[in-house]
Amino acid sequence: MARLTVNGQAHTVDADPDTPLLWVLRDHIGLTGTKYGCGIAQCGACTVHMDGMAVRSCSVPVSLADGKQITTIEGLAQNGTLHKVQKAWIEHDVPQCGYCQSGMIMAVAAMLKDKPKPTDADIDREITNICRCGTYQQVREAIHTAANA
Amino acid sequence: MNYMPKISRRSFVVGSAALGGGLALGFELPFAPTAAHAEVGGPEVNAWVVVRPDETVVIRIARSEMGQGTLTGLAQLAAEELECDWSKVTYEFPTPGQNVARKRIWGDFFTAGSRGIRESNEFVRKGGAAARMMLVQAAASEWKVPPAECAATNGVITHKASNRSTTYGKVADAAGKIEPPQDIQLKDPKDWKIIGKGVKRLDTPDKVIGKAQYGIDVRLPGMLYAAIKACPVNGGKVKSFDAAKVTGGKGVKKVAQVEDYAVAVIADSWWQAKTALDALPIEWDEGDNAKVSSESIAAWLKEGLDADQAFVGNKGGDVKAALAGAAKKVEAVYSYPYQNHATLEPQNATARYTDDKCEVWCSTQNGEQALATVAEACGLPVQKCEAYKTFLGGGFGRRSTSQDYVRQAVLVAKQMPGTPIKLLWTREEDMTHGWYHPITQCKLQAGFDKDNNLTGLHVRISGQSILATVMPQRLQNGADPATFSGFYPGGAEAAFGYSVPNILVDHSMRNPHINPGFWRGVNINHNAIYLESFMDELAKEAGVDALEFRRKLMAEHPKHLAVLNAVAAKAGWGKPAAQGVFRGLAQAMAFGSYVAACAEVSVDGNKVKIHRLVAATDPGYGVNPAQIERQVAGSFVYGLTGLFLGECTVKAGRIEQQNFDSYDMMRIAQMPKVETIVMPSGGFWGGVGEPTICVAAPAVLNAITAATGKRYRTFPLKHHGLTMV
Repeated sequence: MARLTVNGQAHTVDADPDTPLLWVLRDHIGLTGTKYGCGIAQCGACTVHMDGMAVRSCSVPVSLADGKQITTIEGLAQNGTLHKVQKAWIEHDVPQCGYCQSGMIMAVAAMLKDKPKPTDADIDREITNICRCGTYQQVREAIHTAANA
Repeated sequence: MNYMPKISRRSFVVGSAALGGGLALGFELPFAPTAAHAEVGGPEVNAWVVVRPDETVVIRIARSEMGQGTLTGLAQLAAEELECDWSKVTYEFPTPGQNVARKRIWGDFFTAGSRGIRESNEFVRKGGAAARMMLVQAAASEWKVPPAECAATNGVITHKASNRSTTYGKVADAAGKIEPPQDIQLKDPKDWKIIGKGVKRLDTPDKVIGKAQYGIDVRLPGMLYAAIKACPVNGGKVKSFDAAKVTGGKGVKKVAQVEDYAVAVIADSWWQAKTALDALPIEWDEGDNAKVSSESIAAWLKEGLDADQAFVGNKGGDVKAALAGAAKKVEAVYSYPYQNHATLEPQNATARYTDDKCEVWCSTQNGEQALATVAEACGLPVQKCEAYKTFLGGGFGRRSTSQDYVRQAVLVAKQMPGTPIKLLWTREEDMTHGWYHPITQCKLQAGFDKDNNLTGLHVRISGQSILATVMPQRLQNGADPATFSGFYPGGAEAAFGYSVPNILVDHSMRNPHINPGFWRGVNINHNAIYLESFMDELAKEAGVDALEFRRKLMAEHPKHLAVLNAVAAKAGWGKPAAQGVFRGLAQAMAFGSYVAACAEVSVDGNKVKIHRLVAATDPGYGVNPAQIERQVAGSFVYGLTGLFLGECTVKAGRIEQQNFDSYDMMRIAQMPKVETIVMPSGGFWGGVGEPTICVAAPAVLNAITAATGKRYRTFPLKHHGLTMV
């Protein structure tokens, strides 16, 4: 049994301790906004926040999430108000296929907590998620918009 | 390796004939009498348009949405003629089964080749127009006035003379019962209000909150999960597996062989299924294909560069004589590797089979092919089958022809009747069982006369045909016409943009056992690299500026020339670039559109920095310029990833790369500034999602050569030590 708090809600799930957090979120809890892309922490599609830090949930065993606060894309909006990153994403019409964007948005939201006004160099260093559709130009513009919101 | 293709059992080429009589009839006009009212909370005016009482307008979208924006563009087309309030528009994907039941009322679902808008624009606009006419007729009948005296705009119908008005939502029910009009006039493009406007995508809001549903996200009551491993060598088989080793493991429900080439584990969770599959001992009979390597394929293709037999794609004059009599000859050999689509959503499908019904939920570019695949795999008549389309986590061609993952899901589900099963490939399975960008080599030979005029050009392509494997019925006397994309002597699809008095473009077909597939841009990717790199080589030999050299050959190709001139002007060709920055050009016609690019790069040792890419595209009509810009920039990421990083190599018959650690992708740090000129000249409908991809790589290559003096002819560039920074 694993215990974790996701988007403010406590869950107990019947999963082996070495089950990646990603699969607990998706298959046990049913939060499918967090995506599987590679399983080896390369692409970032599975990015969620663990105690506020961006982590690649495909490579975090659920046992490490015990007692931690997990936030997924479904829990990023607060009290029905979209996060400023989500708003900027809509303003710039960022997503194409959209599959990577949950992870992209979570990575950016975490970065902005540490670096509220990131430079392009900061973005290049911090945001390493793969977008196969190539939305990077809009991602960069939207990050700056969110930072100035 | 056989010369002509042997169809892989995994290609599952299923003609639409498999769908039964409905499809064979061809589709009826979209404004034909409709079935009963829709189940979407409002009456159906016609097959394309549902208006709810709250004035929400549901536009039905037959094509798949995989990021390319077709969903929004098609909705714009219907809404334009419908004269509805765009802010009230939403969408719905009809299912392939409904399409069969309604005699293909929505036409073709196939979403590939940048065809979504260009091939359905007319009947989609007519669908919107017919709905408008019916709504107006309904109001006019109620008011007992001639419909011609009524006007419709923004979803409001007015009769000025009597000062009356009503809304679409109020008359939709009555409109749906009206005999559909036969004579439908479409607007003059100059009157368009929504077409040509960069409206926001309809699917964005759901995609920023994790709500958009992809195939991988489907969840059904009582659903189990499956992981699968196919023989690592295409064409190989399962020899044996030891199910006892994992049976009884936590959550494991079943070990299931899938045809003669794959084994799946079904479990309570996907992680359990995957873990058990990893632990399952499987022995493979890999067959003769296991002897094939990248080296053996390359050697075989090299022979094709000089082989006597070749299919001709473009021929004019006498190239042999022209080259023999040339004052100066230039020759170069290029090659382009296998590449995986690497859709970020790995292949998957969810299937539920009973003796009476088989349903599949999946990401697919080809809903009707998915349905045909379901019917063929489960053995039930198509009327008892259904395929439900979701959003796609990338398509790029991978989910277009082969529905291999759909077939597998059905065959797995059939082994546990009544239980829905979600089959999901690992990234590793996806990387090693793709339908790869085909492998080719190319020898280009050119001759100049004593005045440095280009008198002859022979382009010999040697390598793989996609159609030979995925659509053999499209071969023409054995030749694959698509192989010559960009070299066609004319036509509306991908015409050669230069006039050369003596020309021969031919193809020595060699089909290794690795499955080829449509990969965003398809054959024009390598053809444009070969041709546009070589054009720069020729310009250099002639001692002429690369733009001037092309212009001289393009006088009879004004649309090709217009986009080239546009990028040259915007980039400042002929004027000095910043210190250390060098420019390169490329142009092409592909998927019905004219495209060009000018790259600005600097090279520091082995580090290539792409500062800027100026692009131009003439798609005839530009339905949504904002989305066109995004497609151009995105296509450049796909193309440049391929140029610098992308290669799938073959060893012992199998693809070596397993995941993104060995098949790397461009990230935001490498993203150049892309400036796109959307310059629709009108009068034709070209594609958008793919055409521009092909000019990014050659423009960058030509700029690298300008910077370094070195010409690179084999790819990816990582093999030359070059990295994108």
